[in-house]
Amino acid sequence: MVYLWAFLVGGGICVIGQLLLDIAKLTPAHVMSSFVVAGAVLDAFDLYDNLIEFAGAGATVPITSFGHSLLHGAMEQTKEHGFIGIATGIFQLTSAGIASAILFGFLVAVIFKPKG
Amino acid sequence: MSDKFVQAQYNKTIKNYQPKPNYFWNCLKAFIVGGLICVIGQAVTDFYVNVLNFSEKEAVNPTVTTLIFTAALLTGFGVYDKLGQFAGAGSAVPVTGFANSITSAALEHKSEGLVLGVATNLFKLAGSVIVFGVVAAYVLGMLRYTWQHFF
Repeated sequence: MVYLWAFLVGGGICVIGQLLLDIAKLTPAHVMSSFVVAGAVLDAFDLYDNLIEFAGAGATVPITSFGHSLLHGAMEQTKEHGFIGIATGIFQLTSAGIASAILFGFLVAVIFKPKG
Repeated sequence: MSDKFVQAQYNKTIKNYQPKPNYFWNCLKAFIVGGLICVIGQAVTDFYVNVLNFSEKEAVNPTVTTLIFTAALLTGFGVYDKLGQFAGAGSAVPVTGFANSITSAALEHKSEGLVLGVATNLFKLAGSVIVFGVVAAYVLGMLRYTWQHFF
């Protein structure tokens, strides 16, 4: 059942992105930036966790979850370290994604030849 | 004639020659491809939970890493960019699109060398995502922290 919801919610988020590309004529970079901000805003109101509970990877795989994880890690650290926790915790949950994207992106660029 | 007027006229003139996107077909393609990528993500999460005994929350990081690795590899083979042309936002919005933007920007500038080409341009497209994400999360985090402490 969670697979169906992952498909529907994940696909739905992509449809919103496609509409922003086609109708609002935004570039992909604008769409991705807006989605990250939207994810952070949804997490500020504790809404994104409900979506993850409900849709699983349908909510964790789209780029909106990046904004959610940024804020989530920051808020988690404020519990222990107070105000400065926002700065120390902001990459707490997303560092795996960013670090692996840098590593694999670099390695692929070194090994492969550009196509097309 | 002012520059603004010329530009407005230009925009009006080219409108007739620009191809009109097929909204429904584009959305359907984005929906199916984006949905399928999320289903694959769910399958990878389940693999980490059931086979390698991660908890549901811990499994998110290895899942994202696996997807990023796959997307970077597919970009290297030139497959992901073909998928991107077909699916539009369906392949750009998932975290795989983030990996694709990093890898393709790096590959594109490979001829300029490892330092000035690959390393400098790695975040050319993905940088905006990180900047906007961090700024938004920082501001919202401060607002929420203040809210929690004074109300």
